[in-house]
Amino acid sequence: MAEILDRARAQVLENGVGLDEEGILEILRLPDEELPAALQLAHEVRMKWCGPEVEVEGIVSLKTGGCPEDCHFCSQSGLFTSPVRAVWLDIPQLVEAAKQTAATGATEFCIVAAVRGPDARLMQQMREGVAAIKAAVDIQVAASLGMLSQEQVDELVEMGVHRYNHNLETCRSYFPNVVTTHSWEERWETLKMVRDSGMEVCCGGILGLGETVEQRAEFAAQLAALDPHEVPLNFLNPRPGTPLGDRPVVEGKDALRAIAAFRLAMPRTILRYAGGREITLGDLGTREGLLGGINAVIVGNYLTTLGRPATADIDLLQDLSMPVKSLSATL
Amino acid sequence: MTAVAPVTAPWCDRCGEPAGDHPACAAARRLEPPRYCPQCRRRMKVQVLPAGWSATCVEHGTVSS
Repeated sequence: MAEILDRARAQVLENGVGLDEEGILEILRLPDEELPAALQLAHEVRMKWCGPEVEVEGIVSLKTGGCPEDCHFCSQSGLFTSPVRAVWLDIPQLVEAAKQTAATGATEFCIVAAVRGPDARLMQQMREGVAAIKAAVDIQVAASLGMLSQEQVDELVEMGVHRYNHNLETCRSYFPNVVTTHSWEERWETLKMVRDSGMEVCCGGILGLGETVEQRAEFAAQLAALDPHEVPLNFLNPRPGTPLGDRPVVEGKDALRAIAAFRLAMPRTILRYAGGREITLGDLGTREGLLGGINAVIVGNYLTTLGRPATADIDLLQDLSMPVKSLSATL
Repeated sequence: MTAVAPVTAPWCDRCGEPAGDHPACAAARRLEPPRYCPQCRRRMKVQVLPAGWSATCVEHGTVSS
């Protein structure tokens, strides 16, 4: 067995101390024959430091398309020739989306908007939408609205938004290759404000943007330094019309290596399957990831693309004897 | 959750090119809502909810999952 796995067993499994960047890189470079052992160890780490529960979440796009930013993976940028048109959900549709999510057994519902940061109209829509959801649906509300001012952070806290998602997307050294209209540091500033406000921090990114394996390790180490409550792990689903539209999808085994590596970097975080897993891993890989460090899933559809049916994931969790985290456990 | 374009539709509802044998579009439809109206090629307003989607062409109306 690779020496790094012995070291990780002693350091991460026994003591709950995540691997550093060098150790993460060693995991990402493990040969195929060592992958099952790495996934098994990551699973043991997850079970010891997080438990068997899986947090289930649904997401919806409140404001789709027409974004002024140039995130090269995103079909919602108004700067690319993507077929995605700008459209808003109204409040009844938003409440319906929350009901659909709650019906799966999910405890989390994240409202997302394709913006640089929220304007007054979006904040008003959030205020009305969050209030309507809380009146009609028993579910925790999270938000992802881009970069925030301190006043907006305070407003979201006041609305009762309990978690805020703002992905760093990739490591600091590679970020300028992916986004040029704002900086990694600007995103970090929003994350600091969110953390200081008492909201839970949700911060992850996308693998397969063209980063090297070293940069993937750098990213995991930077996330570990942030110590977010939740890390959503996406795999690039190349979107037509975007600058990354012709990139190959991440190889399944590399995706699984990354899952194990991110878990061994962050033993206590909620590590969530997010977009792209259907094309990168398929049904079998989804199962392997849940047995390799993942302890949360986005169920149902994504923002502009479709996921597998929520029932498929819920049935899989049942099959794996992994209980869905209850709402009372999240409060 | 697959968009069903009429057999006679002149345009592909995924790529907006003339309808025909598009293996990539056929494969992608499993995980994507339609984006172009198959009748007139206009980009549609598409709303994706956790358990479904709808796509509206200003001229030809709405299709949904």
